[in-house]
Amino acid sequence: MIEVEHVSKVFSGRKAVDDISFKVEKGEVLGFLGPNGAGKTTTMRILTCYMPSTEGTARIAGYDVFEQSLEVRKRIGYLPENPPLYPEMAVDSYLHFVAKIKGASSNKRKNQVDEVMDRCSLGDVRKRIIGRLSKGYKQRVGLAQALLNDPEVLILDEPTIGLDPKQINEVRTLIKGLAANHTVILSTHILPEVSMTCNRVVIINKGRVVAMDTPEGLARQMKGAERISLIVDGPVEEVREKLLAIDGVLSVQAETSDNGATAYTVECELNRDLRRALASVVVSQGWGLLELKGVSMSLEDVFINLVTQE
Amino acid sequence: MQNILAIWQREMKSYFVSPIAYVVLTVFLFLSGLFFFGNLTELVQYTMTQAQMGQEIQPIDVPGYVTQALFRTDSVILLFIIPMLTMGLFAEEKKRGTIELLLTTPVGNFQAMIGKYLAGLTFLVILFLSSGITISPLFVYGQPDWRPILSGYLGLFLFGAALLALGLFISTLTENQIVAVMLTFGASLVLWLTSVFSTSTTGIAREVVDYLSVTSHLNDFIKGVIDTSHIIYYVTFAFVGLFLAYRSLESMRWKG
Repeated sequence: MIEVEHVSKVFSGRKAVDDISFKVEKGEVLGFLGPNGAGKTTTMRILTCYMPSTEGTARIAGYDVFEQSLEVRKRIGYLPENPPLYPEMAVDSYLHFVAKIKGASSNKRKNQVDEVMDRCSLGDVRKRIIGRLSKGYKQRVGLAQALLNDPEVLILDEPTIGLDPKQINEVRTLIKGLAANHTVILSTHILPEVSMTCNRVVIINKGRVVAMDTPEGLARQMKGAERISLIVDGPVEEVREKLLAIDGVLSVQAETSDNGATAYTVECELNRDLRRALASVVVSQGWGLLELKGVSMSLEDVFINLVTQE
Repeated sequence: MQNILAIWQREMKSYFVSPIAYVVLTVFLFLSGLFFFGNLTELVQYTMTQAQMGQEIQPIDVPGYVTQALFRTDSVILLFIIPMLTMGLFAEEKKRGTIELLLTTPVGNFQAMIGKYLAGLTFLVILFLSSGITISPLFVYGQPDWRPILSGYLGLFLFGAALLALGLFISTLTENQIVAVMLTFGASLVLWLTSVFSTSTTGIAREVVDYLSVTSHLNDFIKGVIDTSHIIYYVTFAFVGLFLAYRSLESMRWKG
């Protein structure tokens, strides 16, 4: 549905996007992850025909974003970073205006506007002036605008920014619901959002793609070692020595101590579950084993790892 | 067409939802009314002094005299007002980020621009219609010839249409409305003042400078003469303005 091939964008000598390629299949939700200034917004602006790329091509539904921009524009719904709202307009007349310029025929317009207002829970504010709405409502009006005229492809730049936790949940459910008949690209800083809503993640940093996989795949890929954390009541140095002596343990780090009990992080070789061995060593020495658990690497660790590696 | 209409409608609403339309209408009517009153009293005093001095009073075309004076003042007021009408057209869309909406929906740059331009023209027509209040006493107390009045309005409309296109172009260059208003005002003023500069030159140079002046082409319309060469001047002026605006919008996509 979306094909991006070797796209670069140069702004007065500075490369904002550097040779990015990826594909999104129909019905997929692709998460675009990266620190501020990584090139997320620029990539999205290229895809939505707002600006052309310096090099490379991008196609949406088979249409080139530069050569056949009108065809592309008919098929996308775009929520920019700052929702494009006219503060002096009422919510419903704004949505009617957008439906009109998106080419919705006059008999369908009313239904469409009602439908997106319903989906984004805007019914209560339909007659309110946009400029006087709270940030959360404005964001939802922006989202409603993107959904109008039922576009095949949705490009959402930080859709949940400025929403409260309840609204964030609603929007995530909404996006998941859209995934059945739409192709979605969304960008975000919020890592749990990606694992919750996206089938695939593209992590970009300084304009380059640094990783691309499913959220689980990424976490797995990044794991070079298994980690186990345990809390033991016993002499710190001795515990360390004994633990290090176990076959398969790579390193032991003592972290915090509290009333004689110390927390350790043990790194072990990949695919070897050493929890039993660790437990039996501690118990046989007569120390108190207060806690023992495997630590999996969160997407957050993956992200920070990838971004700081550069 | 639906797109142009939608843009036009939104633009008209935004004129009348914000105070802009009312302020502009009030100031325009107040100033043109004030000058109209001034011209009329001046005329009355002139005839009175002539009568007191025992001179024979020359017949004067009072409606003709006052309407011509009115159209001249209106043209000057328009120089100040039109920049206010055009400053927001694109500058505000850029500032608010709504330009991102216009350029990513099937509305072309061209349609967006035409819709906005038509809104400006519509506002001009509203302005002229409401200025009918000022000249209505002439019809109540006399039978002025309506044809030169109509040609005067036609001239003012063409004059306004040309300046609107210039303002529209300047509004695409910046996202700051103050910058847009000042540049448009400055440019209009230069084009107005060229008629003053022309007196200090001679020959071809004088003709060229005179031709460029936006106001010199207005005189014939005000006198009741509709000359196609003046119409061509204003229409060309408007086309050049719109063409530049269109190019500037296109280039915005490149610069980002």
